[in-house]
Amino acid sequence: MAFRDRLQAWRYNLIPDHLIGEILTKRWTDNAIPFLALVIVVAGFGSSIPGFFKLTSLQDSTRQLGEFSIVVTGLTVVMLGGGIDLSVGSIFALSCFAAVSVFFIFEQPVWIALLASILTGVAFGAINGYLVGFLRLRAFLTTLVTFIIGRAVYDILVVNFAAQIQMSMAMSDVWDFVGDGTFLDISISVLTALIFVVITHIALTRSRPGWHVLAVGGSRRSAHNAGIKVKQTVFLTYVFSGFCSSIAGFLIACRLSGAGPGTGLNLEILALTAAVVGGNSLGGGRGSVVKGLMGAIIVLVMTNGLIRLGYGTGTNQMVLGLMLAVAVTVDIRWLKNRHKVLNEVYVAPVYLRMGEAKSAVPGSGTSYALDDRLSRTEYIGLGQLEGPEDVILDRNDHLYCGTRHGEIVRFFAPDYQRSEVFAHIGGFPLGLAFDKDENLISCVGAMGLYSISPDRSVRKLTAETSRSWTSVVDDARLRDPNDCDIAPDGRIYFTDSTKRYDAHDWALDSIENRATGRLLVYDPKDGSTKTLLDGYRYTNGVCVAHDGNSLFFAESWACRVHRYWLSGPKAGIAECVISDMPGYPDNINRASDGTYWMAWLGMRTPSFDLSLRHPGMRKRMTRRLPQDDWLFPNINTGGVVKFDDQGQIRDAMADLSGVSHPMVTSMREHRGFLFVGGILNNRIGRFEIAGSDETWTGPSSYWGGQQ
Amino acid sequence: MRLSQEQIVASIAVLIFAAASFALPGFFTPENIVSIVRSISVLGILALGMAIVIIGRGIDLSAVAIMAMSVAWYLQLLNDGSSDGAALMLVLAGVLCIGLLNGFLVAYADVPAIFVTLASGSFVFGFVRSQLITQDAVPVPSGHWLQSLGGLRFLDIPVEVFIFAGLAFLVFLFLRYTKWGRYVYYAGDNPVAARNVGMPIRPMLVLRYVISAVISLMAGLLTAASLHSINTRVVNSTLLYDIVLVAVIGGIGLSGGKGGVRNVLYGAALIGIMLNAMTIIDIPLIYQNLIKSTILLAAIIIDGFLNPRDEQTAQQGDI
Repeated sequence: MAFRDRLQAWRYNLIPDHLIGEILTKRWTDNAIPFLALVIVVAGFGSSIPGFFKLTSLQDSTRQLGEFSIVVTGLTVVMLGGGIDLSVGSIFALSCFAAVSVFFIFEQPVWIALLASILTGVAFGAINGYLVGFLRLRAFLTTLVTFIIGRAVYDILVVNFAAQIQMSMAMSDVWDFVGDGTFLDISISVLTALIFVVITHIALTRSRPGWHVLAVGGSRRSAHNAGIKVKQTVFLTYVFSGFCSSIAGFLIACRLSGAGPGTGLNLEILALTAAVVGGNSLGGGRGSVVKGLMGAIIVLVMTNGLIRLGYGTGTNQMVLGLMLAVAVTVDIRWLKNRHKVLNEVYVAPVYLRMGEAKSAVPGSGTSYALDDRLSRTEYIGLGQLEGPEDVILDRNDHLYCGTRHGEIVRFFAPDYQRSEVFAHIGGFPLGLAFDKDENLISCVGAMGLYSISPDRSVRKLTAETSRSWTSVVDDARLRDPNDCDIAPDGRIYFTDSTKRYDAHDWALDSIENRATGRLLVYDPKDGSTKTLLDGYRYTNGVCVAHDGNSLFFAESWACRVHRYWLSGPKAGIAECVISDMPGYPDNINRASDGTYWMAWLGMRTPSFDLSLRHPGMRKRMTRRLPQDDWLFPNINTGGVVKFDDQGQIRDAMADLSGVSHPMVTSMREHRGFLFVGGILNNRIGRFEIAGSDETWTGPSSYWGGQQ
Repeated sequence: MRLSQEQIVASIAVLIFAAASFALPGFFTPENIVSIVRSISVLGILALGMAIVIIGRGIDLSAVAIMAMSVAWYLQLLNDGSSDGAALMLVLAGVLCIGLLNGFLVAYADVPAIFVTLASGSFVFGFVRSQLITQDAVPVPSGHWLQSLGGLRFLDIPVEVFIFAGLAFLVFLFLRYTKWGRYVYYAGDNPVAARNVGMPIRPMLVLRYVISAVISLMAGLLTAASLHSINTRVVNSTLLYDIVLVAVIGGIGLSGGKGGVRNVLYGAALIGIMLNAMTIIDIPLIYQNLIKSTILLAAIIIDGFLNPRDEQTAQQGDI
């Protein structure tokens, strides 16, 4: 191997570039930036402020954090629902005043003070909710105005009643405990905040009302069309925000035992900054309470830290304004460009040097030399079908195939002129197989393994396997189930071609050429699915050998066929039986003479083989060129090959005219005829095989004679 | 006959004016009327800048911060001994920068105007207060032209009234008779359509925020001229909401594309008369705030009914 090739192989095969893209597909990467900011802020201020991490200092500063994060939780819920609530500061102050006045002026017990607080907050929230939710006013301005009104009312109340509150002699242990007490060294306000955060988080992620909030925030119109009561949902988010602020107001009332002109001042911009800095999206639908909590900690540590470090008036506003602007801009740019970034980095091609292939040129004298037999196929269902990837025949000679529209179509014997939709599954049914009880088993692209009983009822067998420990993307889900076959014991062996791309993005998988194909087995006895083999370049066709002791499976992008032993001394071992073919193998099926038919979905080209040794070029190609200009495996001219148990090629045929059946993804032998399917074809081909056993059928080969 | 909002506002203003003239002693006197006009001229000038931005479907919450802090910085520079021209140039450059930054973030980064200007207002206040000036109020140095400007009168009418009138006329000409002024309406009415037609939507957006910032600076200079100092605490007062109130109550729809200078004049007249009347009745400031904000809420609710938001063209996340 040349030095350049070795360098390329190291660079592209050993450095896991693909992980960057996979990590970016994760929703939690949204949290990474705020979390990083959180760590930096806490570490920075923690190290520059002496005694920051001492218990008493923490208790003191977290008390404020408790109240603040409750407010932020409420605001976060409103923002998730697509609104905004600037009046939190006023609600906070008014609820605080309500509690203080009930407790000190009217000398009522603490629970009535709490009730008064909550009532104030909920009523205020309900006004906001009514104006924004039901009257459809602009959230920002409306809550800005209710904020001013609330503040004005509060200022008037404080001016008139502050003296009376100061004079009062009311005392209560409960009041003092809520204000100053700790439980397990944690202050009451932090405990309350924790309870709020946990309950709200669970409600948002796991309950119907929570989903409604996210749906309304995500897309108001769609939510309305889906039957969600949009106005009521919006209304309730504001009521909830009012409720949160009122609880926070009650807590500060207990802590300070008074209400002054500074109570809740600038709280709205603090809370807004916290919610946005935490990564909650403006306009709703994206975000979480945990993000709000992170933002709350960042903002509070920062503002308190600046004060404790002795920076003068105005520094806080400056930093807050800066943080708000940066956070909002980053949020909006990220939201807008995330998919672009993802597209740029997701495709991470690897290096592969394909082995030299024998020629398949007609008349070249090799075993692969193609002839023109497939050009003589007759057509079945011309123009009625789209995408019969695989074809199969039952005991009564009826012909079945899948279509692009997610249907299984049946053509009736003997002339295959009449057809019907046998069953509708959805997805794109690919590989087909009949089991012992004449259930039709199908690998449905993008969905999973399905079974259709003779009475046409569709049943999902499996859509997932166990997840591997080191996977970043969820590889439990079957992304591209491709072909299946059934062993004598009833187990269904099937392939899942790639973990990295969905079925329709197979071209990207071929360009990337990363080995992520799998062979899996579904056991109908206990319904379990296991991954048997992993790390092949696009596993494709599967066929259980005639004796039932092993199976053959195709590895498309590596142009290889492997044999996997089901029993005997090599059980569980896969060995390569055919390598370096001149075509990309697809489905494999039994032939009547004890050998196997294999479809070539296309022929290898020197240009693509060369590009496989230049991963950097393929990466640039996917980034800079439109999809139509990409270089990827040819799928327009393929063929059919016959091989035996030893991997020797016995026969090869194609349609050299390019008219009749140049594209082949599957073929079945049945009573002396070969039925040919192709994933891009609009018909099924049939042609008579010279010298074959005219009584041989697939079902009898698998499951014995007529039952 | 259906009354438009500005007609309603104008008639209410006339009604209050008549009622106050009748009921309040000392209201209908030349001195008081001059003081009404004078009191609304700064407010009106700020509202002119706000109007341009709102017509273009935006909002500028940083106006008051720019107004107070730019002038405070200017005066601080003068008090520290800079030459007048250099200080003014420096401050003007700073104001232009903030206007450009606002416009850039709104136009090119697609950040909602409300957040951009909220953040920039907070930043401007915080930055100037903590880095550039030393106390809340900065006096005008004695003998400076701002002092004489404050005392300047023509026909017994303070000069800021003329400046307000002149500025209003200029904005009127801009909005009515210049190409970019007309574009403001189109961009505010339907930004996507305006863009598709080929109007330079983004540079125009930037221009609007720059205009608003410069107008704020002028309003600040006038405030300093009449008060002989600038108090930066005005940033935390309700002045900003008064500005929005003047624009919205005058009939400039918040959804953009509607209204003009006349609406600002009506709105300013109504607010000026009301504030003056309330002051004569001797309503404390905190009650005045309550009354003003309640009226603003009513105005927004009415605006919501008169200019209902179109579900089909409303953008997701347009809050």
